[in-house]
Amino acid sequence: MISGFLAWLDDRSGLVTWARHVLEHPVPKRIGWWYVFGSATFIAFMLQVVTGIALATAYVPSSGDAYESLRFISEQALMGRFLRGLHYFGASAMVLLVGIHVARVYVMGAYKFPRELNWLSGALLLLLTLALAFTGQLLRWDQTAVWSVIVAAAQAGRMPVIGQGLAHFVLAGDTVGGTTLSRFFAFHVFFIPALVFLLIGLHLWLVLKHGISEPPQLGEPVDKATYRARYAEMLRREGVPFWPDAAWRDVVFGAGVVSLVALLAVIVGPPALGKPPDPTILQAYPRPDWYFLWYFAILALTPSHLETMVIIVAPLVFGAILLLVPVFNTGERSVKRRPWAAMVVLLIVTVIGTFWVAGERAPWSPDFEAQPLAAGTVRDTSAAVVNGARLFHEKGCEFCHAIGGQGGQRGPDLTLVATRMSPLEMVGRITNGGPNMPGYVSSLTQEELNAIVAFLATRK
Amino acid sequence: MDRAAPAEDTPTNPDRAPDDAPTLARRRFLSRISIALSTLAAAVVGVPVIGFLLSPLTRKPPRAWRIVGAVDQFKVGDTVSVSFDDASPLPWSGVTARTAAWLRRDDESSFTAFSVNCTHLGCPVRWFAAPKLFLCPCHGGVYNADGSVAAGPPPKPLGRYPVRVRSGQVEILTSPIPFA
Repeated sequence: MISGFLAWLDDRSGLVTWARHVLEHPVPKRIGWWYVFGSATFIAFMLQVVTGIALATAYVPSSGDAYESLRFISEQALMGRFLRGLHYFGASAMVLLVGIHVARVYVMGAYKFPRELNWLSGALLLLLTLALAFTGQLLRWDQTAVWSVIVAAAQAGRMPVIGQGLAHFVLAGDTVGGTTLSRFFAFHVFFIPALVFLLIGLHLWLVLKHGISEPPQLGEPVDKATYRARYAEMLRREGVPFWPDAAWRDVVFGAGVVSLVALLAVIVGPPALGKPPDPTILQAYPRPDWYFLWYFAILALTPSHLETMVIIVAPLVFGAILLLVPVFNTGERSVKRRPWAAMVVLLIVTVIGTFWVAGERAPWSPDFEAQPLAAGTVRDTSAAVVNGARLFHEKGCEFCHAIGGQGGQRGPDLTLVATRMSPLEMVGRITNGGPNMPGYVSSLTQEELNAIVAFLATRK
Repeated sequence: MDRAAPAEDTPTNPDRAPDDAPTLARRRFLSRISIALSTLAAAVVGVPVIGFLLSPLTRKPPRAWRIVGAVDQFKVGDTVSVSFDDASPLPWSGVTARTAAWLRRDDESSFTAFSVNCTHLGCPVRWFAAPKLFLCPCHGGVYNADGSVAAGPPPKPLGRYPVRVRSGQVEILTSPIPFA
């Protein structure tokens, strides 16, 4: 019965033969667990498509109503919170997996002849994944999302000549408003995914056409004249059918990814909705989601005169390097002969990791939540010192300076400031300011200044 | 291969009659007219779509004076946040139709309205009255009371809105977020 139907279907469509051809195409025998990340990225993407469609049936992509619709999805809709969690951790998984996949391909030299287009289509998919991650984060239309759009527009605005136009294009107007969100929604759910589908189709077609790259062998450099014949010969000699000899690892790992995402969606849940997307609520603390936190740190730590370079030129250079990788498409693939390939990956991971940690701590942000210094920290009970400690908090010194572990990290820790500055030097610094410190000449009376200095003079 | 291509698509098909010159000319003509027609059809659809997407670049939103409060409700020397509607909010804009500004009453009759957007990357700066500073929560930009940069990464002073007093009411002129 079933086989009869399949025979009919194949006769009329050829699809069964085609599917069998795809599933049983020979792959190198020695591929192992390093080869699972591409398929896992694809599985994560499909998870995003399915959960995204479900969420889109309830989400209202209007600047005025999106926030309430998200609250409905999170708090009332059946399984809504779980679906949002799946979509969030699915996105996280996709960003992480596509990164590992690119690194694996690069380190193993799998982008070399004849697979240059595999690399280029993959590079575009990497960039589109980041575009999906960014636009998706904005659709969580809360206060942070609104300020993220403005920060994105401000970065676009740094572009010479066309900056102002680009910024308007990002906001879809002069300011954030009714036109802003629906455009990001359309890009996130239609335009970018359509491109991703097309490019995944091309990417998989190329994988089938050229075959899965064999694990690199030291002393077997890629030579355009001989590679294809050697690869075909290797497949004839020791090739195994993709299904199930190689595919089982993809299935096991992919199922593991989906399970982990589901587990996190249940246990951790989706990111909480922040305050409403009201641009007049100025008590804001905008932070990007974890996958862009490192970039947020770079923007904070870049010296001002290099900033436009970093915002405009660095992404262009990164994009150009990404696209130029397959220019070096012959020679040794083994990382033992390309140690710099491993170093490049290590360097990128270290840089992103370091900035990520910095972004998590954000020592450059003033600590608006700093509480008045505790009596135990102030120690001294004389009226002038206690008054100085109070003013240290009230006048905002504590936003940027910590004493005894309380206060911001923006400026130097003043716990032991009296050991390195005399009271006279303190007066000068507070009155006139210093590098990266405002002067307080107009906002402190002489008595207030004296009290603060009296307090600081006890810090030794 | 099990996927045989239809024979007549292959130009070198030996089964087909040899092409004579008029046939080739006709085929060339048909190819060109097909490509031209397809391009035309794509343009008919593509031009309005691209124009529609780029419309924020050509649209010049109107600007409007918005009342933010009566003169009397502001104390001389105080800096407070005020909010007002954008010039032409859309019916579905909701709260995003609002914009905030930091308004200071300089003396009996004059006001200064600062943009809330940090000139570094647009985050909302907060006014702190005791130290007389605007502070940005994102990357630690600090501005003096007059909006000049005191510390941190901002490249320029805080932007300002045109502000005026009309029949006892303070009015602010809606303006684009000052980028670049």
